[in-house]
Amino acid sequence: MEGWFTAEFLARAQFAFTVSFHIIFPAFSIGLASFLAVLNGLWLYTRDATYLRLFEYWKKIFAVVFGMGVVSGLVMSYEFGTNWAAFSDKAGPVIGPLLAYEVMSAFFLEAGFLGIMLFGRQRVGDALHMAATAIVAVGTLISAFWILSVNSWMQTPAGFTVGADGRFLPADWWAIIFNPSFPYRLVHMVLAAFLTTAFVVGAVSALHLLRDSADKAARRGFSMAMWMAALVTPVQIYVGDLHGLNTLHHQPLKVAAMEGHFEREGDNQPIYVFGIPDRERERLKYAIGIPYLGSLILTHTWNEQIKGLKEFPKEEWPPLGTVFFSFRIMVAIGFLMLGLGLWSLWARWRGRLYESRALHRAALLMGPSGFIAILAGWFTTEVGRQPWLVYGHLRTAEGLSPVDAPAVAASLAGFVIVYVFVFGAGIYYLLRLMNMPVQQAAAPPPAEVAEPTPVLAPQFDPDFLPPEDDGRRGR
Amino acid sequence: MELDLAFIWTAIIGLAVLLYVILDGFDLGVGILFPLGRDDKQRDVMMNAIAPVWDGNETWLILGGGGLFAVFPLAYGVILSALYVPIIVMLLALIFRGVAFEYRWRTVRWKKVWDAAFFGGSLVAAFAQGIALGALVQGIPVAGRAYAGGWFDWLTPFSLLTGVAVVTGYALLGAAVLIYKTEGDLQQRMRRYAFRLGIATLAFMGLVSLLTPLLQPVYFSRWFSLPGSLWTMVVPVFMLVLTWLFFTGLRDGRELQPFLAALGFFVAGFMGIGISFYPYMVPPALTIWDAAAPRETLRFALIGTVVLLPLILAYTAYAYWVFRGKVREDEGYH
Ligand code: HDD
Ligand code: HEM
Ligand code: HEM
Repeated sequence: MEGWFTAEFLARAQFAFTVSFHIIFPAFSIGLASFLAVLNGLWLYTRDATYLRLFEYWKKIFAVVFGMGVVSGLVMSYEFGTNWAAFSDKAGPVIGPLLAYEVMSAFFLEAGFLGIMLFGRQRVGDALHMAATAIVAVGTLISAFWILSVNSWMQTPAGFTVGADGRFLPADWWAIIFNPSFPYRLVHMVLAAFLTTAFVVGAVSALHLLRDSADKAARRGFSMAMWMAALVTPVQIYVGDLHGLNTLHHQPLKVAAMEGHFEREGDNQPIYVFGIPDRERERLKYAIGIPYLGSLILTHTWNEQIKGLKEFPKEEWPPLGTVFFSFRIMVAIGFLMLGLGLWSLWARWRGRLYESRALHRAALLMGPSGFIAILAGWFTTEVGRQPWLVYGHLRTAEGLSPVDAPAVAASLAGFVIVYVFVFGAGIYYLLRLMNMPVQQAAAPPPAEVAEPTPVLAPQFDPDFLPPEDDGRRGR
Repeated sequence: MELDLAFIWTAIIGLAVLLYVILDGFDLGVGILFPLGRDDKQRDVMMNAIAPVWDGNETWLILGGGGLFAVFPLAYGVILSALYVPIIVMLLALIFRGVAFEYRWRTVRWKKVWDAAFFGGSLVAAFAQGIALGALVQGIPVAGRAYAGGWFDWLTPFSLLTGVAVVTGYALLGAAVLIYKTEGDLQQRMRRYAFRLGIATLAFMGLVSLLTPLLQPVYFSRWFSLPGSLWTMVVPVFMLVLTWLFFTGLRDGRELQPFLAALGFFVAGFMGIGISFYPYMVPPALTIWDAAAPRETLRFALIGTVVLLPLILAYTAYAYWVFRGKVREDEGYH
């Protein structure tokens, strides 16, 4: 291992840091955008003001999250060039158009209709406002489509040839876009975004139920979130399993690292619940395993054999500890989510969904679980791809810009300071918004006014700002 | 005859960058003028004048970057390596100003902080863009397929000059758009600022135009040899007409004319740079054909663009139309 103060290490650290921050916001805004479209649709359909209140409430949160997603995403789209110029030159001909299509088919759509969704209800009327809300939601999903296609192509490249100058040349666009791991990754990620949002909505509603179990909006929100948890988590686990099978097919080395399998263990491949991978001694220390289950889960047969790490050249092994543990964290959270979902079903059946304080406390605790699972999942995927940038074809070290370590270090430091400050403040504002009960926070529903007012009625509700100890001095 | 896809793409990317410059130009300009708002109310109005559209405006920057990555990946890699520092600084600045739109309504105690972030972010982003422009005009050394210069090559008196010029120009656009979007005291004051900023912008544009042909011999011959210079004369004539429209518009109290004329300044400046550069993408090393991606990539990317770009322009125009008219003080967006 070389020292850490190399341009390569620092550029990787910078990418990992910026993208880890970025993904938190899109994951939340993909889920929230769809949730808002559903809420608005339900309000228009039932004319039940609770839906409108929930819409207005989560809309404010969405606006903040979306803003953070936009600015952290802007950084990502330039980082390929600043830190990974050689990669851009070589892989640009293949993945560049996909990113360009993301901008043209998703980002413009989101940005163009966001203003109308946030500020335009009175100006354009209910129908067009509903359309704008739905378009923003669709835009976030289109964005996920393209970016995950790009990422999946880097994991399981297909549909290209390599030119004499080392550039990747596109041969078959369909094969490039729908590369072998893409369908699994897309479904898994979109479900992850929905689940993440459901658990945040569930936690916020649970908080308000704990304070006042009669809170109508909190009840509605909690019920919707728990339906999502109960219904979508099993699907996510199933999809994750399929995703793993597919990875076993295309990146067996990564799966061996995820599972901590150093050798082919005959036909009773265990599954390891715990252990510490030891790269030097080439074994899993303190392993706790369940026999046969490994074969069963990974191949869906009792005794098919799986390749162990030792069957691959050691210099191609990814960092073992990160892959092994982050995978376990994700799966553990998946089962915790399933547990909460089932618990909510049981409570619902017993008619205690809105009364069970233990359930509400658990839901509150699970609020951030989606974010942790998403980060853990991405760490498994991305670190497990190392040392490759384009799996099997371009090494990470070959993708670098001609940059010096001090410059990358300085920009990394800049990002860390700015992100911690700016996004720290943003998260604080989000938590404060979420701390307000819906009834108190959401502006009085404008549509309850008999006539739709021709000019824009003020939507700014001064009471919305929570009291701050010293804030209002001098006003 | 085969279509020259690289040329078509140069035109499209050029259009994206131009749209970015004039659209985000005016909202960055509003940010630069932000501290000149007399009180909180005026500043609210200034921000609300651009709140519904700034995100769409900034998306053109992403298309500029993303498009370059797709169709001119070599230029993308080379330019961003060479302009590493100004680009990173610009991104960080855009973070501050982007979040300010939402954050400043979410707090009382820290409102001043986010007001400052909005101003500072806009100012620094504009300055960094100007420096990047100057550094590109100066020329970027390339060896093999990579940037071959040093860390601080971008920092020269000329790039500092273009930095200041862009800040001034954006502030002019900001003042002009506020004349159009506001009324009363704020509008009156913006008229006065627009007048001074107009003079300053024209002076900077003149200075940069005089210096540019001296930087690279190719620029010089492009501008001052027949018959090409007959064409290039169009730009100065166009500028004269715009200048007249701008100042008479201000004098006669028109609201839209000064803004359109100021946008025209940028279009003319952009045409001038285009004339200097062509056929280079990264002067003096890479022509547009050197930098272009393989033909298959250009073709695939173009198919969708032909459909999507007109759609984008249409619904962007619709979004502007929805939020047309004056922003008033009682009209809160939050
Ligand atoms: C699974 C989804 C997903 C993933 C893996 C990524 N993004 Fe993202 N991104 C989104 C989903 C998204 C989004 C939901 O579409 C966002 C969130 C907020 C927003 O404005 O759009 C977004 C915003 C966003 C923006 C601002 C768009 C705008 O102005 O509207 C850019 C430039 C990027 N992203 C670029 C990237 C890059 C280069 C990534 C990878 C390296 C990346 N994103 C990973
Ligand atoms: C959005 C969620 C994502 C997360 C959390 C994530 C996480 C990471 C992490 C942790 C690394 C560092 C791995 C290491 O060096 O050990 C990395 C590297 C990288 N990832 Fe991802 N990634 C994400 C999405 C993407 C996407 C969508 C792309 C492509 C479009 C991408 C492209 C890259 C590249 C170019 C690198 C740098 C080179 C490398 O170290 O492999 N990532 N990412
Ligand atoms: C217990 C059930 C789960 C299983 C079996 C599972 C399986 C997997 C596998 C095998 C991968 C890596 C694929 C690869 O690298 O090629 C992965 C990645 C990932 N997982 Fe899971 N997962 C589960 C639960 C979850 C949950 C609950 C979430 C989030 C809410 C989640 C979010 C992610 C994300 C964001 C990635 C990275 C992107 C991707 O490769 O799709 N997973 N998962």
